[in-house]
Order: sequence, then C-alpha cells, then structure tokens
Amino acid sequence: MKPTSETELAEMIRAADGPLCIQGAGTRGLSCDGDVLDTTGLSGVTLYDPGALTLVAGAGTTLTEVEDLLAKEGQRLAFEPRRLNALMGTSGETTLGGIVATNSAGPARIALGNCADHLLGVRFVNGAGEIVKNGGRVMKNVTGYDLVKLLAGSHGTLGVLTELSLKVLPQPETEATLAITGQTSAEAQKMMALALGSPFEVTGAVHIPGGDTLLRIEGFEDSVVYRTGKLSELTGAEVSLQGEASRARWADLRDLTMFSGGDADIWRLRLKPSDGPDAMARLQPGKALMDMAGGEIWLEHQAGDNLRSQLKGLNCDAQQIRGQGAERFQPQSPALAKLQSGLRAQFDPRGILNAGLMG
Amino acid sequence: MQMPQPDARVLDRKDRIIARLRAALPDCPVISDPRELHAYECDALTAYRCPPMCVVLPGSTEEVSAALRICHEEQAPVVPRGAGTSLAGGALPTADSVIIGVARLNQFLETDYTNRFIRVQTGVTNLSVTGQVQEDGFFYAPDPSSQLACAIAGNIAMNSGGAHCLKYGVTTNNLLGVTMVMMDGEVVEIGGEYPDAGGGLNLLGLICGSEGQLGIVTEATLRILHAPEGARPVMIGFDSNEVAGECVSDIIRAGILPVAIEFMDRPCIRACEAFAKAGYPDVEALLIVEVEGSEDEISHQLSLIKDIAMKHNPAEFRESTSSEESAAIWLGRKSAFGAMGQINDYMCLDGTIPVSELPYVLRRIGEMSKDYGLDVANVFHAGDGNMHPLILFDANKPGDLELCEEFGADILKLCVEVGGCLTGEHGVGVEKRDLMDHQYAPVDIEAQLRVKDVFDPAWLLNSAKVFPLTHTENRRKGALPPSAS
Ligand SMILES: Cc1cc2nc3c(=O)[nH]c(=O)nc-3n(C[C@H](O)[C@H](O)[C@H](O)COP(=O)(O)OP(=O)(O)OC[C@H]3O[C@@H](n4cnc5c(N)ncnc54)[C@H](O)[C@@H]3O)c2cc1C
Repeated sequence: MKPTSETELAEMIRAADGPLCIQGAGTRGLSCDGDVLDTTGLSGVTLYDPGALTLVAGAGTTLTEVEDLLAKEGQRLAFEPRRLNALMGTSGETTLGGIVATNSAGPARIALGNCADHLLGVRFVNGAGEIVKNGGRVMKNVTGYDLVKLLAGSHGTLGVLTELSLKVLPQPETEATLAITGQTSAEAQKMMALALGSPFEVTGAVHIPGGDTLLRIEGFEDSVVYRTGKLSELTGAEVSLQGEASRARWADLRDLTMFSGGDADIWRLRLKPSDGPDAMARLQPGKALMDMAGGEIWLEHQAGDNLRSQLKGLNCDAQQIRGQGAERFQPQSPALAKLQSGLRAQFDPRGILNAGLMG
Repeated sequence: MQMPQPDARVLDRKDRIIARLRAALPDCPVISDPRELHAYECDALTAYRCPPMCVVLPGSTEEVSAALRICHEEQAPVVPRGAGTSLAGGALPTADSVIIGVARLNQFLETDYTNRFIRVQTGVTNLSVTGQVQEDGFFYAPDPSSQLACAIAGNIAMNSGGAHCLKYGVTTNNLLGVTMVMMDGEVVEIGGEYPDAGGGLNLLGLICGSEGQLGIVTEATLRILHAPEGARPVMIGFDSNEVAGECVSDIIRAGILPVAIEFMDRPCIRACEAFAKAGYPDVEALLIVEVEGSEDEISHQLSLIKDIAMKHNPAEFRESTSSEESAAIWLGRKSAFGAMGQINDYMCLDGTIPVSELPYVLRRIGEMSKDYGLDVANVFHAGDGNMHPLILFDANKPGDLELCEEFGADILKLCVEVGGCLTGEHGVGVEKRDLMDHQYAPVDIEAQLRVKDVFDPAWLLNSAKVFPLTHTENRRKGALPPSAS
C-alpha cells in the first residue's frame, strides 16, 4: 500500500482488516508483521518560512531534500537527525517521518535537544482512520495537550504521521573540534562534564574508547576561536579540526559510520553520564561511542545476547538497534506500561499499527 | 464564561469528605473556614471566582496520594494548585471541588552538577531554583515574568515560557522527569535524571502542559545550565509598531539568535518606566534585545544587530552600560503586567503567530482597536512570535468587559488565521476554553479527551478547563463514550 494523500491513507487504514507495518524508506530496520504501508508517497515541502524559522513537509519527504532546501537559506535542522544506513546496512533515503517516529537526534542533542524539542506540529492518521492534527507551526504553543511530543518517538504505534512542522535554526558561521587522545572512559566522562559545566556552549561531546575524546564548538568565527581557547585551557584538549573538516567528522559521528558492517548486535544505552564508565566496565564492548558526554552509549555486543542482565542496578535504558533475540525496547514499569497500553488502545483501538513493535 | 453546576451529591458529602481528609492526614492543613477559603477562590485571572469545598496542603507525595485516593473514592472533583498565578483561570475552583495545593512541598532534593540537573519538590518557586545553584555559576533557564511567585508545579502544568526562552526553550525543553500522583492515588515516575529517560512513549512531554488534568506533579527533575560569562541588553526604539516588527523578523532571518527579543509599545513603555525607572526611551515601539557571551562576543553580536536595526531608521539605539542598568531594563519588562494594572483594567492575551506575520498582525490589532473603541497596549516575546496584547477596559463600565472579551476573541482568531495559536505560554484554562473550536476540529479535540480518559477515567481532575464544556459533558457526568473502551 502506498497512499499519496492523507485521505487515501485514512481510507486504507479504515479498510484494513489486519496489522499494518508502517515503512518510510526502511533505513532503520524496524519492521514488524503485517501489510507494508509505504509512506514515501506522502512527500513534499508544503511551507518553508525562513523568517519564521519553520518548515512544514509531508512525512515521506526525504531528509536530504529538506536539508538541501534549508542549506540554501543558511539554515538547518539543529537536532542533527541521524541516518542509520551505514550502521544498519540499509539503502534508501531516510524520511522525515522516520526521524520523528524514532525521535532521532545526533550529538547536538546534548545542547539543543532531540527531535521532539524541534517538532512544532503534526498531522497523523490514527488506527481508526481519523485524521488528527496537533500543535501548529509556531515556536510557542500550549493550546491543549501536547500530542506533538507524544507522537515523536511513538514508532508508528499511535498513528501514521502524514505532515510534520519543524523548527529550523540558522547554520552557524563555522565550527571547530577539540580533541584529546588516550583517555579512559572515566577520564573522558569527567573532562566532558567539565566542558559542559562551563559557559562555553559545547554542542557535541563524545568519547571513542581507545581513541579520541572530542568537543565541538559552533558559532561566529571569532567566538569559536575564543571559546576553543578557553576550553583548551580548561580541559587540556587541543583544536584538531576546523570548518568543513570538523563538520565532516561530526557527520560521521552523527551517522555512526564506525559501526558499519560486522556480525555483532548494536545497542544504544541512555543513562546518567556519570554512570557511563560503569556501564562500559561491565560490558567491555569491542567497539563503542560514548555520546552525550557519556549519557548515550552506542556499542557492539555479542549477537543474540540480551545485555540488560549485565546492567542490573544501573539506572539505564537499553535499546537494541541492530540484531534480534531480545526485547528491542527497554521494558517499562507496570504503572507506565499500563498507561502506554491505555494510550495505544485509544489511538489505535484495533491494535493494527506497528503492532508489538514497542512492546 | 460558564462553569458546570456543582454536583449536589458531592456537596451533600462535604462534611464527610473533609472529615475523612482530616483523619487520613493528621499533619496536614485541611482548610474549610470560609474566610480562609477566600485566598483560594481565584488565581491571577481575578474576573472569575468561586470558593472550593476545602483546601488540602500536603507535605509529601504520600500525603498527596492519600488525599487523592479519598477524593477518588468520594468522586469529588480536584483542582491542583501551585502559587495561583495562572492568567488563564487554570487554578479556578468549582464549589464542589477540593483544592490540593503544593505550597508545603518546598524542598530541594538533590543538585548534581556533573550531570547538570536539580531535583525539587514542585512547590518551590521558579526563581528559587536558580537561587539554589547560582553561587556555583548555574541557572534554571525558563524565566516567566512571574518567576518570583509562580511554582515549578504551575510551570510544568502550563509549560510556561519567559523572555529567555528564545534561546533556551520553554519548560518542556528543560524538564527531565517528574513524580506524579494520578487521580486514583497511584504514584508514577516519568522520565528521570537524563534526557529521554525511561524509553517508551514520551509521557513526560505529554504531562508538561496538561494543565493539571492528568495528575498532580509533586517532584521534578530540571535541567540546569552554566550561566553565560556575561549578557547585555540593547534598547532599540522605533516610530511605529510595524517597523519594530519588521526589524525582529530581519534579525531572526539574518541568522543571529539573541537570547531574548522583547517588544513594548508606548503605553507599556510609559507604565514600565514609571515603575522601574529603567531609562526607556519614550518611543512608539521598543525592542529589548539581549545577547550573551564574553565582552568581545557581546560586542560582535551587538554590532550585527545594530547594522540590521539601522536599516529601519530607529529613533534610538542604546546599549546598557552597566549591570545595574541591565537589571533595571529587565525589571521594568518583567513588571509590565503589574505596572499596566496600576493604570488600567486590562485583559491579557497570549496568542502566538509566525514571526514573519508580526508587522501585519500588529497593524490589524491597531485597526481593530479603533473599531472596538478600546485601547491596546502590547508587550511580548517578539522573537518567538508570542504576543501579549493587553486590551484596556473599564471594569466599572457596564458592558466594557464583554466588549473587551469579544475583541480579545477576535485577536486570537486572527492569530489562528495567520497560522498561529490561541496561547503560547499561559495555557487555555477557562479563559480560552471556549475558543478551542477555532483552532481544532472536533476530531482533534476528541483525540486529546481520549488521553485524559486514560489518566483520569472518571474525569475528576480539573475537568472543567481546557476543552469546551459541550465536548466534555458526558465524560464529566461519568458516562464514557463507547469508543473509549
Ligand atoms: C504578573 C504575571 C506575569 C506572568 N508572566 C508569565 C510569563 O512570562 N510566562 C508564562 O509562561 N506565564 C506567565 N504568567 C502566568 C503564570 O505565572 C504561569 O502560568 C505559572 O506557571 C503558573 O504557576 P503557578 O504555580 O502560579 O500555578 P497555578 O496558577 O497555581 O496553577 C496553574 C495550573 O497548574 C495546575 N497545577 C498547579 N499545581 C499543579 C501540580 N502540582 N500538578 C499538576 N497541575 C498543577 C493548576 O491546576 C492550574 O491549571 C504570569 C502571571 C502573572 C500573574
């Protein structure tokens, strides 16, 4: 099924007599049982107002199309959505709907928030085939409940997103990367916390075990020079990359290209940054990336093994990104699980949208 | 504005309900003396008043839970209350309701600079959170003008914003987790001590801004940030509102993102100047633009802003020259509502529009003001298009309030028409409740009502707010529609 309009989609959902598997370009490998519902026909930018910092586009619009359009005006999606093609070994162009449904965000999330923080409005079709809108296209909106936030990251289990309205931001004039080599994860975590606890507006802090610890600074040229100098004094890290070279490095980190290939499973942990080194010590992963100053760890793990048993007692969410054989999402407390299944039953009374995907 | 008839069955049980609350909560004030209840009969939207049945002021999450369990068993409506500064009537009681207030939940629980969060009980005031971490160079970013008085509880319920939200985001962007008690007394932990904690559906984002209708929030974990090295406001005066609006959109368009861009027109400037002696220029429209960073960073950004402003022939371009002056400039701005209130009765609106529509909307408001014969003063967060037109009226003149409300509704409809919304930070409450149909189709509203069905199936929590009463009538009377099974 490949609807080309919201009304057509609504009819298809109303007519469906079994589970539906909602797919954008399928780059994230999140499939489930049911007839495939392809959203790529719901595409196109419907409004772009650079002076109001907003963009509205169909959920099937590719990220590349949006980013190219924004670049022409010197703007960008500041939450740095990730493309997972390299990590998942998938081809195809990531869609905006896929980004929003997974609430994807890259290293900038530590300073600028996730996709939900930049999502201003949604239109979606719920499991009963009703077309619903929430939010709008303005920066501040508290009119009624914030279903926008709820839909972000709902992995298609509450509705099929059709149109998204996003806040965009100016592209900084330039950027630079500071690096330090050979730190332990504990040293790196302390250093990153120091940098983030400074007034110098770090917009990326990652550590690659066995490699570098990197900090990113963005802004006007003189300001970047000034702040990298200050951070260098504070942390001992040295400027290693500037301008385009720095941008290219962070694009690789954002898209997690270091995890391309291999047979291992890939997991993503979210936890308090100061718990990062403990998690690393327990898991001893072959390959890992500590993003978010240590608060978001991407790592390789033995195929088929549920690593959650090794993280007992740590306050941590583990999500399996690549691989099979474990519950993909972190199990919820009974109270939260009850609220979530209650909400799902309201949005999708027949339980046909990406059934079972989020537990 | 109408409120539902109080439920006579609940009123009949009043004595028993109060007695049960007192018995279950021996250490906790349960107020039922009519004189003492006066203090709770309204919030900052003082046009509407009604004393509740009683007020409970719990001192712990457990006490909130115990109180809610009793109210749930007795099927008594509950109105959560923070500091009572809502401008939308969010904390307005009904005669059959029990107010549960967080005033005694005022502990700071944990400060963690390594992971940059602070955990508080929600009765603490917004400003005191920054107060708690300021000595160590940190601050809590959302800064509603009411920050000296309003509680974190109300901030979360309303998803409050403030002048500096242009850069730092509103409450929802700075909230990491909450402890919430649901109407049946069950305590849930949502989110945690780091962004997106807990995985699963984004319930935290749903709770924030739900206007006290999904649960009572007793504890919150908030993101704290290191303060910038310095900050400086500049005042840019213009001969017309429209030109000031054009300047705002040019600044945004140019890729400079100041921390704040605030707007005031002449009536507000004069009122605020009388109040704060900030040295505001006497112009038709004033922008206060603030930038942050080191001395050099500040100068550089201000020079870029100056270049843009000069293209619009400003009547005045004046940088603050000292921290005292900066403080006075902000004091004046943040006191705008109070200062205006000393001069005139007014109704404060809160619609948001796309920034690029500012010049048009300001012009239309000016025209409508003439048609209605009521003056408007404007003071608002221009950088994110969040307008606060204050419609001036005379409360003692028969018919003036009604005329003012009609004018207000027209302005909000205009905001929706140009792609904006009814409320950017104050919330719907009772004030904008009956305008919701202008922004949302019935199916959009129904989707929201179904969310409340999950958290509060009996529709007891603050239920007469946010949605037009006709949409909620059956639910409030306890008859869930079959679709919600
Ligand atoms: C002079 C003035 C200036 C203002 N400036 C701003 C501004 O710049 N920006 C802005 O956003 N707002 C502003 N406001 C509005 C108001 O201050 C905010 O809405 C504030 O967040 C309300 O907080 P409160 O603690 O006073 O809440 P209350 O008024 O007590 O309640 C507000 C809402 O929250 C609910 N609630 C309270 N406690 C809880 C709880 N524990 N759990 C769940 N729900 C709860 C109530 O039921 C009600 O619906 C201003 C108000 C005034 C009077």
